[in-house]
Amino acid sequence: MTSPNSYNTKVVLATSLAAVTGIGFYFFVNPIHANEAEEGLHPPAYPWSHKGPFSTFDHASIRRGYQVYREVCSACHSLDRIAWRNLVGVSHTADEVKAMAEEVEYTDGPNDEGENFQRPGKLSDYMPPPYPNEEAARASNAGALPPDLSLIVKARHGGADYLFSILTGYMEAPAGVEIREGLYYNPYFPGGAISMARALFDGLIEYEDGTPATTSQMAKDVTTFLAWAAEPEHDERKKMGVKAIIVISILTALSVWLKRARFASLKSRKIVYVFN
Amino acid sequence: MKLLKAHPLLVLANSYLIDSPAPSNITYIWNFGSLLGSCLVLQIITGVTLAMHYLPSIDAAFCSVEHIMRDVNNGWLIRYLHANVASFFFLFVYLHIGKALYYGSFRAPRTLLWSIGVVIFLVMVITAFLGYVLPFGQMSLWGATVITNLLSAIPWLGTDLVEFIWGGYSVGNATLNRFYSLHFLLPFVLLMLVIMHLIALHQNGSNNPMGISSSLDRVPLHPYYTFKDLVGFFVFFLVLSIFVFFLPNTLGHPDNYIPANPMQTPASIVPEWYLLPYYAILRAIPSKLLGVIAMIGSILILFTMPLLDTSRVRSCAFRPFMRLLFWGFVVNFLILTWIGSQHPEPPFITIGQACSTFYFSYFLLFVPLIGLIENTLSDLATLGSDHSSYKT
Repeated sequence: MTSPNSYNTKVVLATSLAAVTGIGFYFFVNPIHANEAEEGLHPPAYPWSHKGPFSTFDHASIRRGYQVYREVCSACHSLDRIAWRNLVGVSHTADEVKAMAEEVEYTDGPNDEGENFQRPGKLSDYMPPPYPNEEAARASNAGALPPDLSLIVKARHGGADYLFSILTGYMEAPAGVEIREGLYYNPYFPGGAISMARALFDGLIEYEDGTPATTSQMAKDVTTFLAWAAEPEHDERKKMGVKAIIVISILTALSVWLKRARFASLKSRKIVYVFN
Repeated sequence: MKLLKAHPLLVLANSYLIDSPAPSNITYIWNFGSLLGSCLVLQIITGVTLAMHYLPSIDAAFCSVEHIMRDVNNGWLIRYLHANVASFFFLFVYLHIGKALYYGSFRAPRTLLWSIGVVIFLVMVITAFLGYVLPFGQMSLWGATVITNLLSAIPWLGTDLVEFIWGGYSVGNATLNRFYSLHFLLPFVLLMLVIMHLIALHQNGSNNPMGISSSLDRVPLHPYYTFKDLVGFFVFFLVLSIFVFFLPNTLGHPDNYIPANPMQTPASIVPEWYLLPYYAILRAIPSKLLGVIAMIGSILILFTMPLLDTSRVRSCAFRPFMRLLFWGFVVNFLILTWIGSQHPEPPFITIGQACSTFYFSYFLLFVPLIGLIENTLSDLATLGSDHSSYKT
């Protein structure tokens, strides 16, 4: 005869197993996803260098990715939440970043005469936007608004995998798919028709470290850069996480031992019913 | 020790936390009470800290949250903790309620304890909803719009009520400010309700897996359950750390990292995972008003459990049919969670309707009926024997 507790355990296990199998079947086995055209092709899982629980960003890749952003993406996409100072110690040295910032003119002021003036950029300045406002951005892009890229990796289903797939996923529209004038076919984009044209081509830029600038290399680097831009705390977070897990694991083990010690007398007692 | 029993305040601490007599046989599932307490404390500490940096304005809210994430020292840790503990808060409250349903903790003499608990759950749902609006991402804005709009289904005064809640003609600055104010206030209301919950608990003490009186065999809370609760805390912090440090956004929705835009509706508007079952019940009914009534009713119906349970036995440990049905209810609840995350299209609509029907049938039909059946079978089995203990 099984005790109620072991029966419970079995039922709980069976229930969880059924639920997990059902959900697993739906997402991983069942090939029919009704909304594939609507929600976009599911991006494959790429082996990002920062993917594992103990892995950090590939900072050389962030540096190359910044170059791709600066030379390609920044023509249309802003990066409002990243200041020059954020790059220091991440992808560039302080002197390098100061020099890059100084190349950009920022409007400051007012000065003592009440006039606004132009000055070279400082570390505390934010990345210059390509357009002064949303209207200007739409006017230059046939009505479409290129999104700000600061949070793009966190703001899309699939994150870095999705971004890489979009950048490398451009192709001829298959027979039967009508693409409106000014839109481009990309199966990973929800709906399949994206306003952004393919931006990366082999040899488009020349990396300062000599890495061959293939389409996939540039896509990988800029995605790593944008993953960093979305989660600049990433490396520190995982490092702190490992410490937290180690400390709390020890405390957990210790508390289990303490609990068992406290309960030992209660668990090993014998209750005797003496008749009379 | 003398001071502990003489000092007017310490004597309370002693009777609630140290000498409080607890059944000797309560299992780890009884840990969720103290775990929920730890969640509330964590949420208040992280929440008050976040409030020091947050700006409740539709133009600045999103930026101020990103400022917390990027520029405030360890701000990302505080915010990820606040967002993820919210999920665990609900996970624990579901397990806590599930325990009460399984072991019959809602039954006399603990009906007051149960009723206060249901009120706590209701306030938790409202607090979580208000809090989700504050970062003012896309899902914040559209979630707030959808949920507040539900009240417009109330005949005659619905539209006026919704505009009163908005403080305008749409979710705007006035709405965000009052949601912030209420999100700050309600946790302290919760704290007060928790104290009431503890006072009500103290009257009869904890239920136990057997569902029978434990008066004969009790142990002091300290050192037994203080140390058992400690195990729960550390296991919780361990799992929480995995989420906060390694999977901080897994339980959230990516759309909430897009700043709120009233001109653009997201492809799908879904609440956080812990509110999905109620969202599924809402959408199962084609009529908006009836849907809202069903959604609110699905929580309020918990109040009726002490009245609906006809069984003479408290714990499901001795109720084979009820036990089976209880696990059916659990599976049904999980399916409703999944349905809530899907687009309202076939076959999800039909599944959602079937599951919503089962949800309400559980309370209104199965709980009273199974109790009667089990009572009758027990009477038949002991008929004429000396053991027939339930003769009246």
